[in-house]
Amino acid sequence: MANIISDETIEYVGILAKLELSGEEREQAKSDMGRMLDYIDKLGELDTTGVEPMSHVFPVQNVFREDVVTNGDEREALLANAPEQKDGMFVVPKTFA
Amino acid sequence: MTITDMTALQLAEAIRSGQTTAVEAAEAMLASIEAKEKKYNCYVTVDAQGALAQAKDVQARIEAGELTGALAGVPVAIKDNMCTAGLLTTCSSRILHNFVPAYTAEAVLNLQKAGAVILGKTNMDEFAMGSTTETSAYGVTRNPWNAEHVPGGSSGGSAAAVAAGECSCALGSDTGGSIRQPASYCGTVGMKPTYGTVSRYGLIAYGSSLDQIGPLARDVADCAALLTVIASHDEKDSTSIAREDTDFTAALRDDVKGMRIGIPNDYFGDGLDGEVKDAVLAAAKALEKKGAIVEHFDLSLVEYAIPAYYTIAAAEASSNLERFDGIKYGYRTKEYAGLHNMYKKSRSEGFGAEVKRRIMLGSFVLSSGYYDAYYLKALRVKALIKQAFDDAFAKYDVILGPVAPTTAPRLGESLADPIKMYLGDIYTIAVNLAGLPAISLPCGRDRKGLPIGLQLIGDCFQEKKLIQAAYTYEQARGAFPTPAEEVA
Amino acid sequence: MAREYETVIGLEVHVELATKTKIFCGCSTAFGAEPNTQTCPVCTGMPGSLPVLNRQVLEYAIAVGLATDCEITRHAKFDRKNYFYPDNPQNYQISQLYLPICRNGGVEIETAEGGAKRVGIHEIHMEEDAGKLIHDEWADCSLVDYNRSGVPLIEIVSEPDMRSAEEVIAYLEKLRLIIQYLGASDCKLQEGSMRADVNLSVREAGAEKFGTRTEMKNLNSFKAISRAIEGETERQIDLLESGEKVIQETRRWDDVKGESYAMRSKEDAQDYRYFPDPDLVPVVVSDEMLEEIRAKQPEFRTEKMKRYREEFGIPDYDIEIITASKHMADLFEAATAICGQPKKVSNWLMGETLRLMKEREVEVEDLRFSPENLAKLIALTDAGTINSSVAKEVFEAMFGENADPEKYVEEHGLKNVSDEGALQKTVEEVIAANPQSVADYRNGKEKAIGFLVGQTMKAMKGKADPAAVNRMLKELL
Repeated sequence: MANIISDETIEYVGILAKLELSGEEREQAKSDMGRMLDYIDKLGELDTTGVEPMSHVFPVQNVFREDVVTNGDEREALLANAPEQKDGMFVVPKTFA
Repeated sequence: MTITDMTALQLAEAIRSGQTTAVEAAEAMLASIEAKEKKYNCYVTVDAQGALAQAKDVQARIEAGELTGALAGVPVAIKDNMCTAGLLTTCSSRILHNFVPAYTAEAVLNLQKAGAVILGKTNMDEFAMGSTTETSAYGVTRNPWNAEHVPGGSSGGSAAAVAAGECSCALGSDTGGSIRQPASYCGTVGMKPTYGTVSRYGLIAYGSSLDQIGPLARDVADCAALLTVIASHDEKDSTSIAREDTDFTAALRDDVKGMRIGIPNDYFGDGLDGEVKDAVLAAAKALEKKGAIVEHFDLSLVEYAIPAYYTIAAAEASSNLERFDGIKYGYRTKEYAGLHNMYKKSRSEGFGAEVKRRIMLGSFVLSSGYYDAYYLKALRVKALIKQAFDDAFAKYDVILGPVAPTTAPRLGESLADPIKMYLGDIYTIAVNLAGLPAISLPCGRDRKGLPIGLQLIGDCFQEKKLIQAAYTYEQARGAFPTPAEEVA
Repeated sequence: MAREYETVIGLEVHVELATKTKIFCGCSTAFGAEPNTQTCPVCTGMPGSLPVLNRQVLEYAIAVGLATDCEITRHAKFDRKNYFYPDNPQNYQISQLYLPICRNGGVEIETAEGGAKRVGIHEIHMEEDAGKLIHDEWADCSLVDYNRSGVPLIEIVSEPDMRSAEEVIAYLEKLRLIIQYLGASDCKLQEGSMRADVNLSVREAGAEKFGTRTEMKNLNSFKAISRAIEGETERQIDLLESGEKVIQETRRWDDVKGESYAMRSKEDAQDYRYFPDPDLVPVVVSDEMLEEIRAKQPEFRTEKMKRYREEFGIPDYDIEIITASKHMADLFEAATAICGQPKKVSNWLMGETLRLMKEREVEVEDLRFSPENLAKLIALTDAGTINSSVAKEVFEAMFGENADPEKYVEEHGLKNVSDEGALQKTVEEVIAANPQSVADYRNGKEKAIGFLVGQTMKAMKGKADPAAVNRMLKELL
């Protein structure tokens, strides 16, 4: 296959995506990603010179809301699903030393 | 006819006329669920108590004349990627194993306002990534036509629940075929509306530019009625479109005289199962007999839809699924050393293999140095594919083809080779890229007795033409059996 | 001989916009609420929630762009900036990379030598603010409050056109003034409604190429910015002098220690994987929209100064000070409109107001007294109801808690005694008790009457109109 995914690439993508793969998963991921990229490379066959990338299919534009407060205090509901909370806030591991 | 055998519209009529009640309807469905769930596993969560309470309330409001809609009192099922206030919503993922939303998705709210009774949340491929409902963290769903086969996916639980008589109709979501393909495998009718027709607010996103909620139903009339109820312009969804022509039931007419139907040659090449091909072409003949003008043509670019789709969907998914981080909701790993280790362990343990595969791919194609070559390239190809459809719809009202290359595969056959699994989406995926509406309905069964699906694709906002063509074909075809009648 | 170096500085200035609600949801932006009480599914990244753009954010961003000579992008888009951090609930920030709303602008600043210099603005983009992390020392963890998550920001990215801390401060003050005049933000550095990140590099004087730059964050005051620029310039020069290289990195300034440190981590790849946000649709700025916003642009400082000179006849120095703050100018104009006495209003602002601001370390944006009350105070002194020393006391009460001067005077019994009988009695007593001064006055020592006025005021506990006392003394003598 044309795309060989290195350990470094998998490590790097793991940092971006916050995923940690075990040895076996890692080998599988390298092979899967390589094959997918080979497959995606097929797009290179098409000449897309001058074609604008299309993010939205329809020309919908200028969708706004007015600057009016509509939401009240929903803290209880918001925190109800938190794995850990304290003093009305979400608890996370220390963010810097 | 028993309650579980009725179509949604028949059941609503029976409730309206006092032959039965919303409560009896809910009870009958819950009994059916009780009897069949062990075998099929259509649901992640069944809300028996909640359903009965809603049914009581709805019945009172029907009797008070407050609820007069076509689906008032009908028990429905919701795919588990739509938020339901107070009711567990998992996306069939371990990472949301305990997530109880504080709000309800707009499409579900629309159903509730119309008096539908929510029975529970249906199983799916994890985060809608898959074509078999085998990637669910809560067990596979089995096909009611043959429990050794998959129901399709990702809305496999919804399609199987409709087929098995475990609900009257259901909501699914379709990012690359996730309503149409399981509808096809389970012998039900499923529709993906034009992008923006149904609000995505409260739908847990997979590929935001492709996702669309739609109905799964027993027949075309139910499908049209359900779509009429859930379609709405929602100010909370910037991509929602204000449409006025959303009484889709008005299109339930047995007439295709003069309708121009195009059959893409590219949909009938290698890889298409012979029996599927024959059934689909026979359906085209039936429509021709009814007065449609049927032609074969070259759509082009079909083989590029899958790589473009997987690039775009994976990229969007990698970003959409970043919020699952073990902080605000859902799964957090037990032991960790610091913030980033917590993120990595929670996500690696919380997501299944297919989800991780797509997140990794998506993160890669967006990463520095690859964005132009992969992501922008895919968006350019998307523009070309849209153009190909625009050209086709200049000539045809409706495009007709198969939904999937085969009927439902056996359990465990598909997951081994992801690319092969992705290839199964070849006829459905381009529709999402171009934002088009498409409907899937049964057009026969293979020699194993498994249903075959017919797909009709329309131009943007032309759902009515699809419904009209589908309804006309359904009339010509005659009643399609249910697995209960066939599988003893 | 030591080589000479030049410092090259560009700024990324974040400004919180003064909208009532957040950029993508209807939650309040009010400062200082209980943690997480101004949140909803959208600004806390709940699954299934979707953003919808606040129209006012776009209007403010365009207004700032027009006021800073920018080109307005007619077809703008929002992009997602992906990175994991707990203050960012979606783990992506909605921002603008590819098509920001404003580009290619600039503002004029005055240099130390008194000349003018243009600082280019590369772009202005709209984005959402992050939540706040609070460090829990006891439990060795951090806590997240999402009240600030989704508060609208504009980020103003300058060209690397500044060469000194003075120029940086002049640029920031200029931006602040423009934005305050627009009412688009209060721009308070301490509260974080204006934040500046400093991109800095050094190069040998005369060199054409820029050196490697660093980005400095966490600068909460003009002083901190100046110190950080000095510190970083020195650090980079020291590196170069000792033959080392400057590493391109983000550094965090610690103003207490007076030094910066690198914010590096293996887990921060700084690869943000920007892509257009599929949940938001493009913003298309029409000619009409642009004209509407242009028409609403306020009178800026230069125009205001000119008008003050023509209209109010107050000294240039006063005009300079008053127009240096939109809040002060508004106070001045509103109070003048009520009482019609620009000179007196200006005197209160230039005198007591500035004195108390300095004494109590109050920023001009935090002045609390209303123009109505200032006008009332002027009316009270004009009518002779209170004298000038009482007026100062009343003003202090106004300065502190915007006390109503009429009520305050009433409640504290500060009115001049207008009872002629009581006044006459006191004056007679003072005359009787001070025969020497009386004699001096009668012998032609005019100044002696001043002492007698003072004695009378003292006896009246200050609550008399000195002019009236003077008149009565003269009569009785």
